Amino acid sequence: MRRALQAITSNLAASTGQLYRRRLPSVPRTDTLPERLLIHRYFFFSAERSPPITISTINPKVLSCDSAVHGEIVTRAKRLQQILLTKPSDLPFSEVIFCNVDDPQSLGQQPITFFREVLALCDHPELLDKGEVHGLFSLDSITRAKSIMKSIPGRTVGGYSDSKGIRSLRAAIAEGIGIRDGFSGNMEDIFLTDGASSGVHMMMRLMITSDRDGILCPIPHDPLYSASIALQGGALVPYYLNESTGWSLDVNELRLRLEAAFAAGIHVRALVVSNPGNPTGQVLADQNQREIIEFCRDEHLLLLADEVYQENIYTNKKYFTSFRKIARSMGYGEDDFNLVSFHSVSKGYYGECGMRGGYMEVTGLDSRVKQQLYKMASVNLCSNVTGQILMSLVMNPPRVGDGSYAHFTEERDNILSSLDQGSKMCVDAFKKMKGVTCNEVEGGLYLFPSIKLPNAALTAARSNGMEADTFYCRKLLDTTGIVTLPGSGFGQVPGTWHFRMTILPSQQKMAEILSRIADFHMKFMNEYRN
Amino acid sequence: MAPTKVLDPENINENIKNLVYAVRGELYIRASELQKEGKKIIFTNVGNPHALGQKPLTFPRQVMALCQAPFLIDDPNVDLLFPADAIARAKLYLSYTSGGLGAYSDSRGLPGIRQEVCDFLLQRDGYPSDPDLIFLTDGASKGVMQLLNIIVRDKKDGILCPIPQYPLYSATIELVGGTLVPYYLNEENNWGLDIKDLRQQVAAARNKGINVRALVFINPGNPTGQCLSESNLRDLIEFCHNENILMLADEVYQQNIYQDERPFLSAKKVLMDLGLPYSKEVELVSFHTVSKGYWGECGQRGGYFELTNIHPKAVDELYKVASISLSPNVPGQIFVGLMVNPPKPNDISYPRYLQESKSILESLRRRAHIMTDGFNSCRNITCNFTEGAMYSFPKVKLPPAAVAAAKAAGKAPDVFYCIKLLEATGISTVPGSGFGQKEGTFHLRTTILPSEEDMPEVMQMFKKFNDEFMSAYEGDLLTNNHHL
Repeated sequence: MRRALQAITSNLAASTGQLYRRRLPSVPRTDTLPERLLIHRYFFFSAERSPPITISTINPKVLSCDSAVHGEIVTRAKRLQQILLTKPSDLPFSEVIFCNVDDPQSLGQQPITFFREVLALCDHPELLDKGEVHGLFSLDSITRAKSIMKSIPGRTVGGYSDSKGIRSLRAAIAEGIGIRDGFSGNMEDIFLTDGASSGVHMMMRLMITSDRDGILCPIPHDPLYSASIALQGGALVPYYLNESTGWSLDVNELRLRLEAAFAAGIHVRALVVSNPGNPTGQVLADQNQREIIEFCRDEHLLLLADEVYQENIYTNKKYFTSFRKIARSMGYGEDDFNLVSFHSVSKGYYGECGMRGGYMEVTGLDSRVKQQLYKMASVNLCSNVTGQILMSLVMNPPRVGDGSYAHFTEERDNILSSLDQGSKMCVDAFKKMKGVTCNEVEGGLYLFPSIKLPNAALTAARSNGMEADTFYCRKLLDTTGIVTLPGSGFGQVPGTWHFRMTILPSQQKMAEILSRIADFHMKFMNEYRN
Repeated sequence: MAPTKVLDPENINENIKNLVYAVRGELYIRASELQKEGKKIIFTNVGNPHALGQKPLTFPRQVMALCQAPFLIDDPNVDLLFPADAIARAKLYLSYTSGGLGAYSDSRGLPGIRQEVCDFLLQRDGYPSDPDLIFLTDGASKGVMQLLNIIVRDKKDGILCPIPQYPLYSATIELVGGTLVPYYLNEENNWGLDIKDLRQQVAAARNKGINVRALVFINPGNPTGQCLSESNLRDLIEFCHNENILMLADEVYQQNIYQDERPFLSAKKVLMDLGLPYSKEVELVSFHTVSKGYWGECGQRGGYFELTNIHPKAVDELYKVASISLSPNVPGQIFVGLMVNPPKPNDISYPRYLQESKSILESLRRRAHIMTDGFNSCRNITCNFTEGAMYSFPKVKLPPAAVAAAKAAGKAPDVFYCIKLLEATGISTVPGSGFGQKEGTFHLRTTILPSEEDMPEVMQMFKKFNDEFMSAYEGDLLTNNHHL
């Protein structure tokens, strides 16, 4: 077995070694001038002065990263939106519907009342001293806001906080983690950040010292990971999730990719696992998580657990368990396992993307390394305080007995059941489309159906200078106004095609969206049939 | 399998290990430890007005509360608690968003807010701005980091920084792997700009093979407080034009002006006033924030930068990097809008807004004087007047015995002095070495933010400590001389 594995890995290394090392564009140095040329320029104002920050003189790592989320499809969608305002009759649809980003409140989802009550009172604590406040705010939101304000040094949301975040809020989050996992959290492990993305960037910056530092990332994955690794000049080491078995994560696949990377001279430092998955929507089973943890320990890897969708679960057959809980349940204490877990206020049932709240829980790291993380955080002073408060509310929501509990659970359950129904509606609709396969959406806010594109379509795409799935998404946009993102932005097995769509639109809207997609798909497949 | 650490100090990013951010460094950490032990600490290490008792302005907080909880707007009792203009403004800002505060905005920030910034800039400078060249950011610091990240390619890329400077710049340049090229402000000339020194520093750097790509200047200065004159700004612009250097104008303290001879002038205005070829060729990025001024809303993390004459492809790349983090926080963006578009003379909330902002500014001016005079009354201390910003940066003459004691303790002399000050009085300052200073001089930075009521006591505590410190270490010298 070992020899076979070695043979496979050396083949992989040969063919995929190119993948790892980002070839940075060569940068001509146009801006180093000897003294005499300086004088020349001073006296002869030339028309072709080249500004120092041209495209060829920008940090090449910046040039090398991609942002699928704001790529050509979205740019075109915004242009079409403009056309709708000026010449609506030019287009065969009356509305551009953005199904490319999971931005719940932009698609009509309402914020959780209790959370917003508390935030409003913290923003304007003068209200807390006025009698009229009781007519406008629930009693427990007033109590919670008072308690939060009392616990913030300076009793203000307008001050810079501790660079890890306000102590009392971290304590509340640690308590929430303890309630969730059955193993108490430690507030000194919590770093509150401007959204989970900020935390990911920090970790990549910390770990990547050269283009030989590799990070194992799932294919497909959220483009945040490829972008943040490219920005730091590291090597993305892909591992494939298995579409035919519900996007499952096979530790053997991890092992294979790790060996290949090692053979190619890449020092793999960490493994990124998204649970629930983005864009794939799978929820990991406990046994799977145990295997992953053992793999990381055996191979000396840091586990980066992206758990931002932990409250978006739509299956009775599986449930979310944090990697931290699994590790502790296996008997691995604080010092036995290197883990960074990310959470955010942007997803779940709260969907507060615009607030930019999140945290990373850093466990098992060397204390001196944690100090360096703290130092890095301190240069930006702190994350926004509103986001910090919101994160603490998400981890410590109304409980049984609280005045707002009934209303809170009603709002939460309505949103979650709507998402659940939306996910099932989408999967059912896509399964009915010819040439489309779609895995169950067990969790998350996206689905990632695969399309068997006919050869004629592939040819047409090529002649338009596009990837085949980009071509499909572009045609979908131009015909229906529906914005999706091509799978090529997330990674996929070569030769397969996918697109990513959110499950967020309301049931009514979703029915309309799915019907238009079905219509378009049928016409597309007819037009390009072999 | 024995548990081992994947990351240890030997195998993490060197740049992180090398950077120093003194504002939250050794002194702050020590102060926090002492605070935990029960000692009363007066934090004057960072410009954090609200944490020292400055009250937020009322109008913006009313608008924010309404935006956070839009159900209030529809409540029949809302006008018992909120004035009509706050309600109207909240409605307007909510209409700018695609789903309230909880929805991502454009990666450059809400177009409606960016338009407000443009209107403000037109009014302030008399020149139009393009909203697509305005980027709202999670605080000005994030904007600075984005620009430095795009400019610096490797150690051969140099960024000119004033000495002394706010260590965001030194720390970030280190983080992105560039080289800081210092240019010295002249303390004897009121922290004035010395173009000759600038030229020399650039030549020296180039001789070492450094590409000098950008110049940072902070106006009003941090930690130095000086306000640049129009001719200073013109000199800087002409210099950068000749040397083909991009200008990074940190103007976050533009509302904090405590003298009348040199009101704030933006780099953009002076650039445009100069006309061709400068106005079309000099590359300029200007930074602003809601954290300073009389707003002091540090915790909101709101700010923006404006790009002037930056290559369009570079603008695209900045946009791309911004889009990876999706969008800056929306409440912070709204604070930017409120700052650049405050209540106007006919608005209901105007009188209160005017009274609140004037009282803060006037008090800051008074405190700038109290502090400067207090420091200057010490025989071993000279302190330039805080013309602007929020800090005082006195120069402390330390006796040789103190310098020796510091060395014995393994500390820089000003760090030694500041630690002793902290332990004796609870006043937490930042040593001058954290900002850069001329070799052989020692400074400390404190803010002028302690309340007016507390200020006399703070200065008294400081003077008592300084007198005792000087007797202890000058006294030693006298005793030693006796034995000689």
